[in-house]
Amino acid sequence: MSHDQQAKPTATHIVRDEALLFERSRPGRKGYALPALDVPQQPIAQLIGEAYLRTDELSGFPELSEVDVVRHFTRLSSWNYSVDMGLYPLGSCTMKYNPKINEVAARIPGFALHHPYTPEELSQGSLELLFWLEQLLCEITGMGAATLQPAAGAQGELTGMLVIRASLAARGHPRQTVLIPDSAHGTNPASAAVCGYQVKTIRSNERGLIDLHSLRQAADETVAALMLTNPNTLGLFEEEIHQVAEIIHGVGGYVYMDGANMNALLGITRPGDMGVDVMHLNTHKTFSTPHGGGGPGAGPLLVTKALEPFLPIPRVVKSEDGTYHLDVDRPHSIGRVRAFYGNFGVLVRALAYILSNGPDGLRAIAETAVLNANYVAHQLKDVYDIAYAGACMHEVVFSDKHQLPYGVKNLDIAKRLIDFGFHPPTMSFPLIVPGALMVEPTEAYGREELDAFIAAMKTIAQEAREHPEQLRSAPHLTRIGRLDEVAAARKPVLRWQPQSASAKTDTSA
Amino acid sequence: MAMRYIPISPDEQADMLAAIGLQTIDQLFSSVPPSLRLQEPLNLPPAHSEIELLRRLTIMAARNATSETFSIFLGAGAYHHYRPAHIDALITRSEFLTSYTPYQPEISQGTLQAIFEYQTLVCQLTGMEVANASLYDGSTAVTEAILMAHRLTRRRRVLVAASVHPEYREVARTLTQTLGLEIELIPYNRTTGQLDLGAVRLDASVAAVVAQSPNFFGVLENLEAISHAAHQVSALMVSAVAEPISLGLVRTPGEQGADIVAGEGQSLGIPLSFGGPYLGLFATRQEFIRQMPGRLAGEAYDHHGRRGFVLTLSTREQHIRREKATSNICTNQGLMMLIATIWMASLGRQGMKEIAWQNVQKASYAAQRIAALDGYERRFTGPHFNEFVVKTRRPVSETLARLQEDRIIGGLPLGRFYPELSDCLLVCVTEMNRREEIDQLVNCFDQM
Repeated sequence: MSHDQQAKPTATHIVRDEALLFERSRPGRKGYALPALDVPQQPIAQLIGEAYLRTDELSGFPELSEVDVVRHFTRLSSWNYSVDMGLYPLGSCTMKYNPKINEVAARIPGFALHHPYTPEELSQGSLELLFWLEQLLCEITGMGAATLQPAAGAQGELTGMLVIRASLAARGHPRQTVLIPDSAHGTNPASAAVCGYQVKTIRSNERGLIDLHSLRQAADETVAALMLTNPNTLGLFEEEIHQVAEIIHGVGGYVYMDGANMNALLGITRPGDMGVDVMHLNTHKTFSTPHGGGGPGAGPLLVTKALEPFLPIPRVVKSEDGTYHLDVDRPHSIGRVRAFYGNFGVLVRALAYILSNGPDGLRAIAETAVLNANYVAHQLKDVYDIAYAGACMHEVVFSDKHQLPYGVKNLDIAKRLIDFGFHPPTMSFPLIVPGALMVEPTEAYGREELDAFIAAMKTIAQEAREHPEQLRSAPHLTRIGRLDEVAAARKPVLRWQPQSASAKTDTSA
Repeated sequence: MAMRYIPISPDEQADMLAAIGLQTIDQLFSSVPPSLRLQEPLNLPPAHSEIELLRRLTIMAARNATSETFSIFLGAGAYHHYRPAHIDALITRSEFLTSYTPYQPEISQGTLQAIFEYQTLVCQLTGMEVANASLYDGSTAVTEAILMAHRLTRRRRVLVAASVHPEYREVARTLTQTLGLEIELIPYNRTTGQLDLGAVRLDASVAAVVAQSPNFFGVLENLEAISHAAHQVSALMVSAVAEPISLGLVRTPGEQGADIVAGEGQSLGIPLSFGGPYLGLFATRQEFIRQMPGRLAGEAYDHHGRRGFVLTLSTREQHIRREKATSNICTNQGLMMLIATIWMASLGRQGMKEIAWQNVQKASYAAQRIAALDGYERRFTGPHFNEFVVKTRRPVSETLARLQEDRIIGGLPLGRFYPELSDCLLVCVTEMNRREEIDQLVNCFDQM
């Protein structure tokens, strides 16, 4: 490694203490102002009855001024790493740039203030938006029909499994098992189980792809569906997807595709053309809604035309006169999966993103995401083990195999990366790669950023050989060190109490 | 091709390709069989500039009626409430907005501490012992509560009040149908609007009794009597909440014996946004935490003894337990959780009481004035919070159409969910409805 590639850790984290809201509270402060009551006042006990009234005076609830609240949350925000700050190579989570115009779009008062029970004739704008977005997502995926209702990817999965179940039941037999490759997302087996199916795991082959031989053996008349992710969580495209679909269709089952990794395929290829029957999208990933510290997302479900009758109600339909309506009269529908019509605000952002990019822009996103992943894979392949050396798509899975002899695990590498100013990669899966470090750079990072990341990873590899203890105790440059998660889980403290350990902390902020 | 969201120039792209030994971008996709590759660009509208995009969306949005253009008396699980300006100023800070689920605690303390504060506030508001870091929305939170009660009791019958939000009931039915759960309705008393527990068989086959207060008719339920009856047969009492602002004034479900509180947090500062994204509230008793769905933040210490927060008890979750997880939920409503936390912190102890009080005062004023008109009456006698059911003089559709001419959306026609109440409107009044609006509504009713 040449000297100029040697990266240096840099303190990027603000050190400042900030007590809890409750510890900052001072009796008598207030952070709001309501207009004076403009109707005649009546005794409250007379209006709703003494027996129904709260008697504890909301004890424990904080009392703060607006300034207190603004400083509090501004300080808390300074303790977070974010996409706008730098590389967030969290594999399978697609932490890409979130265009600011999307936020403006979702806050247009005609959308943000729109009540979901506004009469249809006075809701034509929102209904048109939903109808149009369904069509665009069908075009992008090559599927026949869509519902935008699922609140998140996992809910899309569950909805999809219910659709499959309903369709099989209509054919006479709902079947019992769902086949899931061992490289699948953790939500896949959970969704199948919540839907009442037995999960049967399909092993990956030595190339990290679905093993057709195992699949043929497992595929029988009890199989309701295969749930696969493509590109899979190893970052590999399932090259034999057509045969996979043929095998499953051959026994009368359906192919479900987890579309979490759709960012790699935009404008390149379409699941509908691969033989996929049902899939969900994670609009927050592929179509750039900010993750907001864990959500909200949206998990639209797309199906073939034949499965449309089973989609949840309500469906947005367009009449011949060009007006839009909510149709609940769908006898084959699985029913309602969420109150109202889905995470509308997230869907506005998805539409804005699709329109901002257009067909060429979407394709450029996939191309750049895949280029960036391959660039990182290429530059680091001699330093970190790559478990499955296929043509990688938008993410690449390294492992800690070369570092383990020095007593350094993936977690240590991840924590040390923080000292270099980067968010760590995903480590919790794929389960089939021990010590995984799954890197998904996305299209939102330029060459300098990737080179800095590569240099940091190389420096860490060198440190692993020379100063492994430095990694095992990382991070060193953050406001707070590694927290004792084991102790936290053994005796969980899940809320503030006036007498709890929290009260020991300095409250003079 | 240079795109505005991609920080790589065409020259850099060529250099990077060369660095990995390729000549063309297409070579990157060698693993995609040629027969599957799109030959033509996707058939989508061409790329919009910001100017074109905003123009187009603004025209679309203008076709919706909102409180900016109409007087609106709609509630029914989605409420128009006061949102202080600093909420959006804070949640649009990139460090909150563009961060991920806080799996790396050392660089996510902002989100983690906010979750811990949120969990505490939800407990204080509901009178419960532990709360999770949020679920999708009210309907799915109630469903998760039913599933949790089923796991805890191993029983299959669930009694759900007919006065629980109809869409929550429909969602619960859809999402529990494959697990063999039987959902039975508890009828409501046609006079008071409160549920009538005597009308159903409550025995040791029941996993949970689910009641909502204020219920879908805006009427407060006697949760204490319901939980007492449920506990007599060792069933769990699930208290659904669609209007959490009511808890600033009314007795908490926790104090009245609820085992699980599940509901919708939209009222706590979240925009109406045509039904989402909203916030699933979920709280329970300490003894049940290991069967609780969703994420939890807990206190933890580093080796210097500094306090921090981590996601904890994750062994319940799908990324560890896979098909044996308590729930398949992964994404939560982090940003909505943050909004609710800021909102509750800003309103504080005094504001929570005052805003609830104003809602009752204004809704009561409206209800009394309407009930005083010939041909109108309050349909139910039970105490109400900020919504009430009105039986109208003329057919409901005619009444609403007439109000719309005066740019008033007078309420939700109940016949859509309750055919026997097809002559009734559910009217909602919050602190956002000025007295002139209420008086105008009353006058319009009177003139019909």
